[in-house]
Amino acid sequence: MQVNRRRFLQVGSLASASLMLPKFLKAMEQGNLVPPGNKVLVVVQLSGGNDGLNTVIPYRNDIYYKMRPTLGIKREQALALNDELGIHPALKSFKALYDDGALGILNSVGYPNPDRSHFRSMDIWQSASDSKDYWGTGWLGRYLDAQCKGCDKPTQALEIDDTLSMALKGDAVKGLALTDPQRLFGASNDRYFKELLDKQKHDDEHQNVGYLYKTMAETISSAAYIQQQFKTYKSKESYPTTELGRNMKTIAELIMTDINTSVYYVSHGSFDTHVGQQQQQQRLFEQLSDALQVFTTDLKKNDRFKDVLVMTFSEFGRRVGQNASGGTDHGTANNMFLIGGGLQQKGVLNEGPDLGNLQEGDLQYKVDFKNVYATLLKKWLGADDQAILRKQYEHLSFI
Amino acid sequence: MAVSEQTQLQHLAWRAGFGESLPVINSWAKKRRKEVVRKLILGPEAAALDPVKVIDETDLPDYQRQRNMGAEERRAVQRMNTDGIKDLNVMWTHSMINNPHPLREKMALFWHGHFACRTQNVLYNQQLLQVIRQHGLSNFGDLLREVSKTPAMLAFLNNQQNRKQKPNENFAREVMELFTMGRGNYTETDVKEAARAFTGWGFDEVGQFKFRKNFHDEGNKTLLGKTGKFDGDDVIAILLEQKQTAKYITAKIYRYFVNEEVNEAHVNKLADKFYQSNYDLRALMQEIFLADWFYEEKNIGCKIKSPVELLVGLRKSIPMQFEQEEAMLVFQRVMGQVLFYPPNVAGWPGGRSWIDSSSLMFRMRVPQIILYSQEFNIRPKEITPEMGEGSNYKMTMQVNEFLKKQYARKVNAKVDWDPYLKDFKDTPREQLADQIAQSLLLKNSSINKQLLEKYSDSSTRENYIKTVTIDVMSTPEYQLC
Repeated sequence: MQVNRRRFLQVGSLASASLMLPKFLKAMEQGNLVPPGNKVLVVVQLSGGNDGLNTVIPYRNDIYYKMRPTLGIKREQALALNDELGIHPALKSFKALYDDGALGILNSVGYPNPDRSHFRSMDIWQSASDSKDYWGTGWLGRYLDAQCKGCDKPTQALEIDDTLSMALKGDAVKGLALTDPQRLFGASNDRYFKELLDKQKHDDEHQNVGYLYKTMAETISSAAYIQQQFKTYKSKESYPTTELGRNMKTIAELIMTDINTSVYYVSHGSFDTHVGQQQQQQRLFEQLSDALQVFTTDLKKNDRFKDVLVMTFSEFGRRVGQNASGGTDHGTANNMFLIGGGLQQKGVLNEGPDLGNLQEGDLQYKVDFKNVYATLLKKWLGADDQAILRKQYEHLSFI
Repeated sequence: MAVSEQTQLQHLAWRAGFGESLPVINSWAKKRRKEVVRKLILGPEAAALDPVKVIDETDLPDYQRQRNMGAEERRAVQRMNTDGIKDLNVMWTHSMINNPHPLREKMALFWHGHFACRTQNVLYNQQLLQVIRQHGLSNFGDLLREVSKTPAMLAFLNNQQNRKQKPNENFAREVMELFTMGRGNYTETDVKEAARAFTGWGFDEVGQFKFRKNFHDEGNKTLLGKTGKFDGDDVIAILLEQKQTAKYITAKIYRYFVNEEVNEAHVNKLADKFYQSNYDLRALMQEIFLADWFYEEKNIGCKIKSPVELLVGLRKSIPMQFEQEEAMLVFQRVMGQVLFYPPNVAGWPGGRSWIDSSSLMFRMRVPQIILYSQEFNIRPKEITPEMGEGSNYKMTMQVNEFLKKQYARKVNAKVDWDPYLKDFKDTPREQLADQIAQSLLLKNSSINKQLLEKYSDSSTRENYIKTVTIDVMSTPEYQLC
């Protein structure tokens, strides 16, 4: 019944929307339903440089406690993963996922010649460039370029936000930003814009004027498609009322429909904890943990957990030593979480950070984050990672 | 199809500035093109360069003492910087709107992206802005030398840390890669040698360039085939001797002022002349604005306005004052270009990167938001804080706080429609819609008339002009210049 109703809604909406669309978009409207079981990647950006050492805690390491006399998380508070590492006490659901075999932790992730500027380092992570290069496109944007030339529906990557991050900007195709499908639909469902699209002459889409009309048409049609899909599933779980909670709910509800989206992008922060880190990180982690707990439960109940992979990252970690204001300053290497029901390799995927071998007080990276991207692109999303990352990176074996 | 003279002149007005009103375009039509271009390049005789200034050197705290400052004093300095940079943004935007010599501001905006720089210090920003406004339309060599000696750039590119014993190559690398030759035209050794030559270039606590002899490497350096005991000025002279520098700069100017798709033949010819003129920017711009190909249809309306161009152009068409002028920052942020906050040292990538689904829908709603005083219902992304550790980052956080607070606020603008309405006083009613569209658009200037009629308020002539104007401004075509 459910499926039939969904299909009905789809056909109904397409019929009415298509009257408004110019010719070159008509092709898009032959609704291709996505086969169930399509893989989904959810990227959670921890903005501001999350302190990785107080996230995955080397709770038996004396150097850690020596360098963080007050900021170090006490041995008995850390949620033990193994003999070396424990997880921040606020990340309860992460520990549960770990016990469940649904969490992977990569330690010491970074890149050569790290940059301590938030904006430059975020640039590097979002574009996947080397630190000496400046690329104007993001890695997920280029994924769209590779996958979605002439795509039926340009909704393969959605950012749950009001504006779009560089990570989702490709040369030819860009992701779409929205906080609320209903609101996006309302905003794009403007009669004047629709009629403009319908009545106004605009030629060649290779020219900018055509490109703008195409973007407008795609936005209007995507908004209608997203809204239509969104209506077909309402979560029964109660998500936290935080911003991240609301965003994860939106993502879950979209995943549970037949929408063709394979990448979701969402930010959480700010983790820029120069001052009073303990409280700030605690609060943000509670929000993260709570939102992810409901999110993963929701997916499991709907038998979609195996198709979804959540990846967290931050533009850098913090310095090993705490500073005088109960915080930490900008550092380098960091850890990444991988969460999902389809992990091949689980738990702590590589050695914890080597605190005995610092470089001017900073952790040294062991895994280039581009290896993670390459793995996700190739093995999870089935894309040409080499073309997207403009270089062949070794694949990891967590999936 | 031949391009009408009115469209050609509007094109010129947009590329050499931020658009002009119908009466100005009509007055140009009566003159010879050469004369119009000459005026645009020289500016009116009376237009001396008014500095965009929010702070005096003497207002500065004694930075040497900063270490010993109390918390209260420190906060005051921070506030001075945050508010100062906001004010600088607002004042510069006003100058773009009102300056009788718009090309100078347009050049400065171009160089603001070329010499992209972020600094938390309001004075440093103000100095660098003054340099690009002052030299942006004179000589590229002077401009490059002056920019390279600003504390803003020296600090941003870490030359303050460039010492004989421990060279820091950042500054030298970007001067070659981004400011002059472009990648692939020099070697890593050239970068290393140039970095040695720049050792000792720094600035003092009152924001003045200072050559610190003790840090300077006096030895021989070999750079781009030349050897000598070079210092920073020598490096810049050597870079200017390279024809590649003229080519690189000319191509970038061409992409910004003419077309993102480069015509190699045109650029090569321009670059030759630019090089022979010893980097005379006035002569280069004149050459471009006088070229027949500049007025070819394919170069008209082919560029996507940057957010700042869009806002300035709109406010230039219809004079207005915002109750809170800082609202400009929110518009800039949502569309992706906040002055003094370039995304990285390479500046804003421009072109189609301005446009995605949400930014386009917002851009098309900007005229309605402003002219109908609607609420902002888009939450701008935070600006990623500046590099540098400790308390500095708080400043950007303050800007973020400010941006956040504007959410769901109405944009209250005092709009002065009178001059605009007057521009159309002699236009017959049935030609109004066409005239308005033609004066505001460069591409597809024939917006479907039925549509404009349908959505207009024709209760009075005034309301009709206003609503048609807003609707024309809410089109994809209006995004182009």
